[in-house]
Amino acid sequence: MDLKIQMQRARATSFASYTGNLGLLLLWHILHLLVRLWYFLLWMVCVLESYLISGGILKKYKALNVGKLRYLAIVVESEEAYETSKVIELLQWLEAIGVKRVCLYDTEGVLKKSKEVILTKLKNAVVYEDGYQDESLVDQIRMSVEFCSFSDGKEAITKAANLLFVKYLKLATLPGDHEEKIFTEPHMDDALKAIGGRGPDPDLLLVYGPARCHLGFPAWRMRYTEIVHMGQLMHMRYGSLIKAIYRFTTVRQNYGK
Amino acid sequence: MEKRNGNSANQIFWSIVSFLRRCLFLVICACPIPHHIAFIMDGNRRYAKKQKLMEGTGHRVGFVALMSMLKYCYELGVRYVTIYAFSIENFKRQPEEVQSLMDLMQEKIEGLIKEESIVNRYGVKVHFIGNLKLLSEPVRLAAERAMVATANNSRGVLSICIAYTSTDEIVHAVQESCEEKWNEISALNASGAGYGLDKFGGNEKDERENIVKLTDIERHMYMAVAPDPDILIRTSGETRLSNFLLWQSAYCCLYCPSVLWPEIGFRHFVWAILNFQCNRLYLERKKKQS
Repeated sequence: MDLKIQMQRARATSFASYTGNLGLLLLWHILHLLVRLWYFLLWMVCVLESYLISGGILKKYKALNVGKLRYLAIVVESEEAYETSKVIELLQWLEAIGVKRVCLYDTEGVLKKSKEVILTKLKNAVVYEDGYQDESLVDQIRMSVEFCSFSDGKEAITKAANLLFVKYLKLATLPGDHEEKIFTEPHMDDALKAIGGRGPDPDLLLVYGPARCHLGFPAWRMRYTEIVHMGQLMHMRYGSLIKAIYRFTTVRQNYGK
Repeated sequence: MEKRNGNSANQIFWSIVSFLRRCLFLVICACPIPHHIAFIMDGNRRYAKKQKLMEGTGHRVGFVALMSMLKYCYELGVRYVTIYAFSIENFKRQPEEVQSLMDLMQEKIEGLIKEESIVNRYGVKVHFIGNLKLLSEPVRLAAERAMVATANNSRGVLSICIAYTSTDEIVHAVQESCEEKWNEISALNASGAGYGLDKFGGNEKDERENIVKLTDIERHMYMAVAPDPDILIRTSGETRLSNFLLWQSAYCCLYCPSVLWPEIGFRHFVWAILNFQCNRLYLERKKKQS
């Protein structure tokens, strides 16, 4: 008899807990529905604003000081990076705006594989060459495009670390501390340049993907880069691109000071 | 009599607020919550200017905001919290400002060791992350004491980044990895095993095998005490990371509310968590693929 009552109680508790959890899950879904509704309304406002900007109706976006944007990085979600036509269209928009130096990044290296197709369609673009240190040597007329992937981030640092290790081996047997001669940020910079993994630091990074996240863009190059989420590549809009670049030109950085 | 009634009404009000907050957290926890949240506490100086306060007061108000955020994080069940307290670049500020920040930090670090502090209430272990040798001795000693005092706490982890930049962290990790490899090689040579050091000098870089591996570098990162962050919140509407957790934030949701740090509140915290939950499955998939 007691056992029967205990079992009934256990079943009732378990049922109550199950119902409670279902109730919480339902409330969670309602909460998230409200969040998604909010983002949908925000998206509609952004689309409208983008059309107003593209149409030249919002006057403040007409005078764009593109000169301030020395290097632009575009992060594309790898699944969307297969839409080469969209990537080419984006680069054509950037060319029209006057952006000369672009870095294209996707995690899996899909854009690297499509390099030839992209450059052929762009006609007036060249691949970024590592060797260009002197600004005057950089082609002012043609657009330069750099292609990066996840392996240019952490793996490049590992390769550079091995270069520094070789230098350390040569000095480690000598008396005294030699770490400060080898393990400094400028030395890491030089090691990255030696392995071809030290492109310029982008001023602005535009993320085309579902989430606001840089997806592993090389860490060493992103110290003071402004990161802006643009939504998915398939829904890209010219007006939103202008707005992102315009907003960047109004930012003032202290660099820690 | 009236003051007592006022106080008890106040207490009831805050008890109701606390109860409602816990109910909301119960709903949010119906789906997975982030394990690790990082904060860039930007906007203290702008807040002081906006409110016409004395210089340095903004940081004190910012500390109160930090305590609220930590309380929300630990109440929700977020295990790891990281905060960007002081960058190596901040040493370039005016000496008086740097000194007043160091004094404030020392005062607050010593407060953490007290029994009633938030870290002891929630069982949180404190780590100080960064190049601590750059700090003045009193601050460094206070930090070391706080780490020892909270070493046995195990319900949560608070990583306070002080004298920290990501690039400095990466170089430090590379240095530690190289020194570790050198010690391993020397030990092997001493025991007569012989490692053939000649194969690592002067050869073509493609032929040489990578002695220092990515896992070695990651193991020596200051932030190896915590998993990669799930959410990184930077206040004041600035969209850059300013040399914070660049290595660890590959698949991290970046959230940049325009509010200044001392004004950050519960609604911003909840919005950041809900944003994370919207993108969680996508980011987990990307992490698995990498």
